[in-house]
Amino acid sequence: MVKISAIRWLALGAVLALGAPAVHAQQAPIKIGELNSYARQAAFTVPYRNGWQLALDEINAKGGVLGRKIEIVSREDGATTGDATRVADELVTREGAILLFGSFLSNVGVAMADYANQKKIVYIAAEPLTDAITMAQGNRYTFRIRPNNTMQVGMLVDQAKASGAKRWAIVAPNYEYGQSAAQAFKRLIQERVPGAQIVVEQYPALGKIEAGATVSAIEQAKPDGIFNVLFGPDLTQFVREGNTRGLFEGATVLSLLTGEPEWLLPLKDEVPEGWTVTGYPWDQITEPKHKAFVDAYRAKYNDTPRLGSLLGYMVVYMIRDAVERAGSTDTEAIIKALEDAKFDTVIGPVTMRGIDNQSSMGAWVGKLVLKGAAGGMADWAYKDGTSFMPTEAEVKAVRKD
Amino acid sequence: MLALDPSFLAVQALSGLSSASSLFIAACGLTIVFGVTRIVNFAHGSLYMIGAYTAATLIPRLLDLSFGPMTFWAGILASALIVGLIGVIIEVLLLRRIYGAPELFQLLATFGVVLVVQDLVVQVFGPEDILGPRAPGLRAPVEILGRRFPSYELVLIAAGPVVLGLVWLLLRRTRFGVLVRAATQDRDMVASLGVNQAMLFTGTLFLGAFLAGLGGALQIPRVSAHTGMDLSIIAEAFVVTVVGGMGSVPGAFLAALIIGQLQAFGILIVPKSTLVVVFLLMAVVLAIRPYGFFGRAEVVGGSHAVGIASRKPLPGRFAMLLAVVAGLACLPLVADAYLLKVATEILIFALFAFSLQLLIGVGGVVSFGHAAFFGLGAYGAALAVKWFGLSMEAALPAGLALAALGAGLIGAFVVRLSGIYLAMMTLAAAQILFAVAFQWVEVTGGDNGIVGVWPAGWAGGPVPYYLLTAALTVVAVLLLRRIIDAPFGYALRAARDSEARAEAIGLTIRRHRWLAFMIAGAAAGLAGGLYAFSRGSVDPSLLGISTSVDALTMLLLGGIQTVMGPLAGAAVLHALRDWVMPLTSLWRLMLGLSIIAMVLIFPRGLVGTVRDWWEARE
Repeated sequence: MVKISAIRWLALGAVLALGAPAVHAQQAPIKIGELNSYARQAAFTVPYRNGWQLALDEINAKGGVLGRKIEIVSREDGATTGDATRVADELVTREGAILLFGSFLSNVGVAMADYANQKKIVYIAAEPLTDAITMAQGNRYTFRIRPNNTMQVGMLVDQAKASGAKRWAIVAPNYEYGQSAAQAFKRLIQERVPGAQIVVEQYPALGKIEAGATVSAIEQAKPDGIFNVLFGPDLTQFVREGNTRGLFEGATVLSLLTGEPEWLLPLKDEVPEGWTVTGYPWDQITEPKHKAFVDAYRAKYNDTPRLGSLLGYMVVYMIRDAVERAGSTDTEAIIKALEDAKFDTVIGPVTMRGIDNQSSMGAWVGKLVLKGAAGGMADWAYKDGTSFMPTEAEVKAVRKD
Repeated sequence: MLALDPSFLAVQALSGLSSASSLFIAACGLTIVFGVTRIVNFAHGSLYMIGAYTAATLIPRLLDLSFGPMTFWAGILASALIVGLIGVIIEVLLLRRIYGAPELFQLLATFGVVLVVQDLVVQVFGPEDILGPRAPGLRAPVEILGRRFPSYELVLIAAGPVVLGLVWLLLRRTRFGVLVRAATQDRDMVASLGVNQAMLFTGTLFLGAFLAGLGGALQIPRVSAHTGMDLSIIAEAFVVTVVGGMGSVPGAFLAALIIGQLQAFGILIVPKSTLVVVFLLMAVVLAIRPYGFFGRAEVVGGSHAVGIASRKPLPGRFAMLLAVVAGLACLPLVADAYLLKVATEILIFALFAFSLQLLIGVGGVVSFGHAAFFGLGAYGAALAVKWFGLSMEAALPAGLALAALGAGLIGAFVVRLSGIYLAMMTLAAAQILFAVAFQWVEVTGGDNGIVGVWPAGWAGGPVPYYLLTAALTVVAVLLLRRIIDAPFGYALRAARDSEARAEAIGLTIRRHRWLAFMIAGAAAGLAGGLYAFSRGSVDPSLLGISTSVDALTMLLLGGIQTVMGPLAGAAVLHALRDWVMPLTSLWRLMLGLSIIAMVLIFPRGLVGTVRDWWEARE
């Protein structure tokens, strides 16, 4: 074993020797650690990586931050909690990352929040949506950019009020994200739609849906409203099976994230028209700043942006701003610079609420339509997150810090 | 309940039939390949995935040529043929070289192929899931008892029996089929009769891969081709082949029918039970019929029983032990925090692999599910922390006890079986535990796992935790070594080499193996507990197939015929992974290729090869 350690040392030495010469010319770059499920959730994370790479290149072309370039050390998080914290540890102890961002699955996000708290390092959860990250499992080291489940479900439930649907079905992947979204939906629909009841709940394992059986089990309960949390391959199968069997005819369907290009494009011409969704109608947003982002992205990658691209792009700029305002790479200074800070992003101003470290980034809510051979969103509006956030009292009731 | 509605029951049963058909087509190639080559082909799921990707990419282009609806079916066949050719390539380049190797090596090599294919598929077909086109003319549903039912599912329901019939004809009415059946019964006899084995095996692999590809291609109108397909189908395909009896095509069909119905109706009664029912079925069937429905007893032993042999103790081994212990103790003086973390993990995996050595190398009991005990140890410790507020000092023994208990329970069932069925029973046990951990959300946290499992204050830093792990691992390894060299260990070896003779001299084989299970389980449980505290969390992947494969890889890499092999294997594999992963996004490709290369170059394992070389020089 001693021998093996020696080999490791040599290997490490070789890697360092190869990597070192480039950076000695000027001040060492600021290292930021990034981890995500690039293998298992490639549909979202690859465009996301393109997004942060674009922002990184732009920032470094303008000289970086605090007179130093930014370097992002990116790793695969294995899409499991254990692998993610393991990789995080490597990023912090070996690479010397000053803060961490990333992760896709909500359960991984929760584990990362726990890790951040334990090791006292800032973690910015870019994508994980479960409430827990900023509520029950939240801590002062963990920040989140995207609107959480309560906020996005809140936006959808507001749309559902007019439909008059009372008998609701829930279909959600059986892990942290799906459970948290289903819980938020049950709470909000009963608060805001008097007389609403849940008649059937289906929780297929993530990535392992038996679509035929799931659809007929829902059909059996004869709901007039369906709340869907499925995404990725599960969603595709569910939609196809539901379309064939007429599950969605005459039912009000609320669906989280389905309007995002990463999940909409694989559906091709089978887009279920009329679903009320949260999403990202990138081609219809006319604000000049956003258009500039889209143009730069398309020029660089010869591909259209996904929501992941936007998110990756925004997060790196927000990190740049925070480090600049902190004036140093010290964790406490960065936390101070993030809390209650306002950021000017490509989609407008976003505030990081200090009490739960949840940003006020909103979501686009609209209806799915078929445009040619692919789906898109219509009748959409951007809903700012501020008015959908959990109240301060709710936050204080569940957070431990 | 509403479920009593007859039209609903009919539709649900039809859904079950169509998934049964799909499952049968995917699994029947696996069972044919196993029958002839005796290789448990992990890569069968990868071939299935390639079939789906190929069809989803190819068929839309064919349909654009507008030659009518037949192009769809032609595209399906073409995709299956392409996958069949890929199967031939795998046979010629890899499998042909390892037919003589121990079964475990073959398994490992095919797992290497799985890893390679996972990365290649993303490179070739892109990261996004690909939704294939629907079958022309089968887009509209049909009405069955007033309910809509997808017409394509009816085609699938018919496809299963058609494939069964064609395979039956092929096996009964052609010379190739006669040879396949003969080889399934007695491979050596077929060889001695002068049959061209190379052609036979290549043909079989082509047939197996063709069926896997067909299974995958037929799925594209209902499932988008995605990267998780390989492992999700392979676990179920294993169950089908084992329950039906390895090598039996009609058995596989019957098993697929039962599983399809169980899944369709299981989802109504317990919506979260989908993962667990298939493996429960396998456990129940194997408990009642140790060779599945139509399987036959295997020729036990033969050329495949390999393991630790007796040797003269090395001179100066006490001094070597002292040097190793001193080296381990001094590591914190030179290593930084991260290196210590890696060293801690290597020690934990070394103990894990070593505990498996007691079962496989010493006892000849090939376990595919050793992750069960590692995971039980980790979950035992984490649950003790979460639910009973125990400290690390109390939680580690709790994990160990839970693992030993689980090993006692699982072992009681497993020791009645032998060969591939035994291995599959251990896999089933691990998968049942995985499903429990995954779906019993209230207690285990489900996919989220349990976080906040950090060590006690005095052991919190990297140095103290490393020293604690090193001390526990060294003590446990020495204890296991003592057991291997004790009469108990010799009794296990006797049973491994010849059950009949061991029984004749009065050894109680089952009880010995059962005890070995508990000892190995306890050691793996200790490793699992240590692992939980080193990462601060547990999650179901600790109980998953890949954790079991990790242990096997380390064991085989180091050398199954040596006592210290697994320790070296753990060190090399973990160091390699830690080193390769950050360098490239294609790390699975690299890892898979290294595994394959190692199987081909060091079939006796690293330590075994070095020792052979050393002995040859003397």
